Amino acid sequence: MSEISLPESAKHTGHAEHPKKDVHGIKMGMWLFLMTELLLFSGMFLLYSAYRYFYTKEFHEAAMYTHTLFGTVNTMVLLTSSLTMALSITALERGKKWLSVTFLSSTIALGLGFLVIKYAEWSTEIHEGIYPGSPMLFKHPRGFELFFAMYYLMTGLHGLHVLVGCGLLTVMLIFIVKGKITQEDTVRLEAAGLYWHLIDIIWIFLFPLFYLVN
Amino acid sequence: MADIALPPQDIPVVEGSYLENTGKHKGLAAWLLSTDHKRIGIMYMIMLFSFFSVGVVLGILLRLEMISPGGKLFPPQVYNALFTLHGVIMIFLFVIPGIPVTLGNFFLPLQIGARDVAFPRLNLFSFYLYIIGAAVILTALFVNGLPDTGWTFYVPYSLRTTTGVTIAVFGVFIVGFSSILTGINFLTTIHRLRAPGMTWFKMPLFVWALYATSWVQIIATPVLAITLLLIVISRVFGVGIFNAAAGGDPVLYQHLFWIYSHPAVYIMILPPMGIVSEIIATFTRRTIFGYKAIAMSSLAIAFIGYLVWGHHMFVAGMSQQADMIFSFLTFLVAIPSGIKVFNWVASMYKGSIDPQPPFLFVMAFMVLFSIGGLSGLVLGSLATDVHLTATYFVVAHFHYIIFGGGVFIFFGALHYWLPKMFGRMYDKKIASWDLLVMFIGFNLLYFPMFIMGYEGMPRRYFTYLPQFETMQHISIVGSWILVAGLIVMFVNLIHGSIKGPRVGPNPWGGTTLEWKTASPPTHENFEEEPVVIHEPYYHEEALTR
Repeated sequence: MSEISLPESAKHTGHAEHPKKDVHGIKMGMWLFLMTELLLFSGMFLLYSAYRYFYTKEFHEAAMYTHTLFGTVNTMVLLTSSLTMALSITALERGKKWLSVTFLSSTIALGLGFLVIKYAEWSTEIHEGIYPGSPMLFKHPRGFELFFAMYYLMTGLHGLHVLVGCGLLTVMLIFIVKGKITQEDTVRLEAAGLYWHLIDIIWIFLFPLFYLVN
Repeated sequence: MADIALPPQDIPVVEGSYLENTGKHKGLAAWLLSTDHKRIGIMYMIMLFSFFSVGVVLGILLRLEMISPGGKLFPPQVYNALFTLHGVIMIFLFVIPGIPVTLGNFFLPLQIGARDVAFPRLNLFSFYLYIIGAAVILTALFVNGLPDTGWTFYVPYSLRTTTGVTIAVFGVFIVGFSSILTGINFLTTIHRLRAPGMTWFKMPLFVWALYATSWVQIIATPVLAITLLLIVISRVFGVGIFNAAAGGDPVLYQHLFWIYSHPAVYIMILPPMGIVSEIIATFTRRTIFGYKAIAMSSLAIAFIGYLVWGHHMFVAGMSQQADMIFSFLTFLVAIPSGIKVFNWVASMYKGSIDPQPPFLFVMAFMVLFSIGGLSGLVLGSLATDVHLTATYFVVAHFHYIIFGGGVFIFFGALHYWLPKMFGRMYDKKIASWDLLVMFIGFNLLYFPMFIMGYEGMPRRYFTYLPQFETMQHISIVGSWILVAGLIVMFVNLIHGSIKGPRVGPNPWGGTTLEWKTASPPTHENFEEEPVVIHEPYYHEEALTR
């Protein structure tokens, strides 16, 4: 068994009893997870680009029916929430627990605000007769229906992610208040922050594709 | 390796092995709530082989339908449901989770000298996601009738059928999520938890294989997830994403499906390839020939394998240019597999070969995998594929690769690592003769399918022309022989793991880290953190001899 030789320093390090928290490992796991999230959306982006290629003209015209005002306001709301997220992490790293809690609460509030605006927007559109399979869309050329199918699917999946993100941040909020996430141990909050920024980035791509390119 | 010589009664019982309950929970709960990677691996194993048994029974019934033309045993609708279930269960609940979640879970931390995986609780969570997904898939059996689309869930039929497709697809979605989390867990483990001294090129080749597999898992599975989700949404809300009547494109579904499902084939075959390297190194008492080439070819397969999905769609109406590119890439992906096979054979040259059961499984693998691989090239070239698409030839090719290649090595790995997992040995003589029986049964079962497929027998048909009767009958008899062999194997293994003679830490003379700790291992795996000095397949006694 000459392959294993134990230098004195390796003994009695308590390797088995108290594995130290691997901050780098946790972040790496989170980045890998974010990659899978991107790939999840990439399937839809692929469909979007394929159908945009098939129905270029119809996609152009259909995009005029989305409400750019709603989209713009939501973009601002979400970008601001990313700012408060980053501020919350920085505040905790500097030991300002309650400032961090305040920023994190505003992030959650902004996230929920985004969803409320999204709800209002969808309601307006459904009221106008724009939804998959609606008689109004049947009057338009074929690409219209696909555009709005993609619109509801992609913004819907994104909205679901916002909702999950709000839940995740709420858990982090409770952890900070209870002192389970502290100045010395911010890695979980940072990981949650990464997730939140990803949601933001995806929206930044959805916004021009559905509201601006018309 | 002095302990090989000890008679079984003199081998001391391992104190504090992972099989003993030491935590706060008792009985079954001590297993169900355990985050110990070894216990999770064993639980997966029980689940996987339960589903495997169900899949085998369905397979036997599918064959039995062919005892005479005309579908006298089951009506066509039932036959459609049977092959769908056989496919869904075998693919999504058995081979794709397969070796990584069972033996990977158990041996990855042991082979890199770690105490557990990077995220033990996430590991248990993945297990329960798998269970929930499986339960949802099985629910589909009792609601709205059995799905009858085939395991590929192709549109437009999967959107139109009234059977329980929605539920089954959603179950597969959940299982996929479990697969993603396992992949993330393993990647982080391999990056972060290797023992001191274990550089990348001192990792055992099974670890390299798991590394490549995990990348494929996390890169490919999300695409399947979204595709299946779209099927569910299309069915529930009537969204016309893949519906040609609403301007959608059904072929796009095929693209998205195979972007995942072709790489999934490499999720199935890469881990077995890693195990082949382990077994060859152990039973030839030699280091593996071309270690770096084998390690890198795993990554090459994972990478190129991501770009060949189009070869499933040569007759689906892609452009000729795309057909040619995909065909070329398909030939390209055969090269790293070839590199592996040649390196394995070269490793045996001048080795002192010890033909124990695990090694014999590798020999069987070499034959079956080569037949499967070469027949794959026939399907990868455009002209021949047009003739052979959707015939028994494809069925035979696929089963030679996945069953003859992958699953036979899964069995071989059980024979290799069972003494480590339970500290006991099965009956080696029975194991070796039983392998011969299974090998014969396997070839009788699947080789006639090559011939029938070449002669034009289409797959998924409940009936056939009278000219195929003899071949069908040979194949049916083969399925019975194979199943008899499987039963004997499982009885032998289970009996061995409970009642077999006890063995020491290293019954085979293996060189990787899992053989340096007790059999069965303790909860902590290693009493002291191992420090690695040599490359993984360093046979000390071979040098001094």
